[in-house]
Amino acid sequence: MSKSNSKPISHYQNEWPLWEVFYQPGNGKPFEHAGSVHAPDAEMALQNARDTYARRNEGIAIWVVPTDQITATTPEDSEAFFDPAGNKPYRHPQFYSTPRAVKKRK
Amino acid sequence: MSTLETIPNSKKEVLVEILLRLADDRLILGHRLSEWAGHAPELEEDLALANIALDMIGHASALYGYAAQLEDKPDEDHYAYFRDDIDFKNIALTELPRGDFAFTTARLFLFSTFSYLLYNNITQVIEEEQFNGIIKKHFNEIKYHLRHSREWVLRLGDGTDLSKLKIQQAIDDLWMYTGEMFETDKTENLAAGYNLFIDVPVLKNEWMKWVTETLEEATLKTPDNNQYMFTGSRQGRHTEHLGRLLAEMQFLRRSYPDADWK
Repeated sequence: MSKSNSKPISHYQNEWPLWEVFYQPGNGKPFEHAGSVHAPDAEMALQNARDTYARRNEGIAIWVVPTDQITATTPEDSEAFFDPAGNKPYRHPQFYSTPRAVKKRK
Repeated sequence: MSTLETIPNSKKEVLVEILLRLADDRLILGHRLSEWAGHAPELEEDLALANIALDMIGHASALYGYAAQLEDKPDEDHYAYFRDDIDFKNIALTELPRGDFAFTTARLFLFSTFSYLLYNNITQVIEEEQFNGIIKKHFNEIKYHLRHSREWVLRLGDGTDLSKLKIQQAIDDLWMYTGEMFETDKTENLAAGYNLFIDVPVLKNEWMKWVTETLEEATLKTPDNNQYMFTGSRQGRHTEHLGRLLAEMQFLRRSYPDADWK
């Protein structure tokens, strides 16, 4: 039995804590957020995630994370965090041409 | 092969009988698990139990399908819907009413441990390619059924006073139905001779060891084997519960034999 040291919060006394579920769609692929599940502990969170989000061949690996362990930006952060990137299209890689030597290797 | 205590007299008849025994256990327990759909204590567990129920009904369907092919019957529905309780060869453990969540968990754990050991061992002896392929394919799902039910036994046993009381009661109540897992008869002896099955009593020690280890970890007591053990289901002598289960499961198909999914 695997155990998590963290005790995720539960908003209701009789409800299991919430866990965020991430799955990896294939080898070498980045994990994607699938949704969340309720579970009493880490092992059951993995099993519930498997039963809820991996029944249709969605992935090859699952992460579960206690929801309260995730630090997220708030809407108030958005101006300072994201607006500055809005008018800097030159940061996208398509503005740079691929060198001929690299193209040849393709 | 469908009448009481008839001994199959060819390799094909033996194989069909073995397929039906395996399939009947899984169809009936799958049906009992399916009764939880919409009633489980948590949404996530509702999904888990429905998943396991579907796995088991799927296992039964594949085994019946193979039997239908051998016996030249139209399809797997013949065995699921058009046989009576006396023809079903599932062990009584699988047909008992669903009970509470502790009972469901305990039964699934005791059965899955048996199922795991049985499948793991029979794949090593079965020479029939199609039969062996079906068993191997289903084995991976059984691993998950065992893992899921074992983790719940640990949590209920080593949980609250009430959950411990309930899971211990469930294990105690179910124990008299575990003897049938390790019974053998002439049909199974014949099957072992044809390399279609194993001598199941050899699994008992390992099953006891696995179950005892989990129960100890869950701070539960293993019941005494020296008690009355229910018997006779493999020969068609069932508890009163199977008839009612079949009535519910079969009535639609029997009332409308030509009904179609359209």
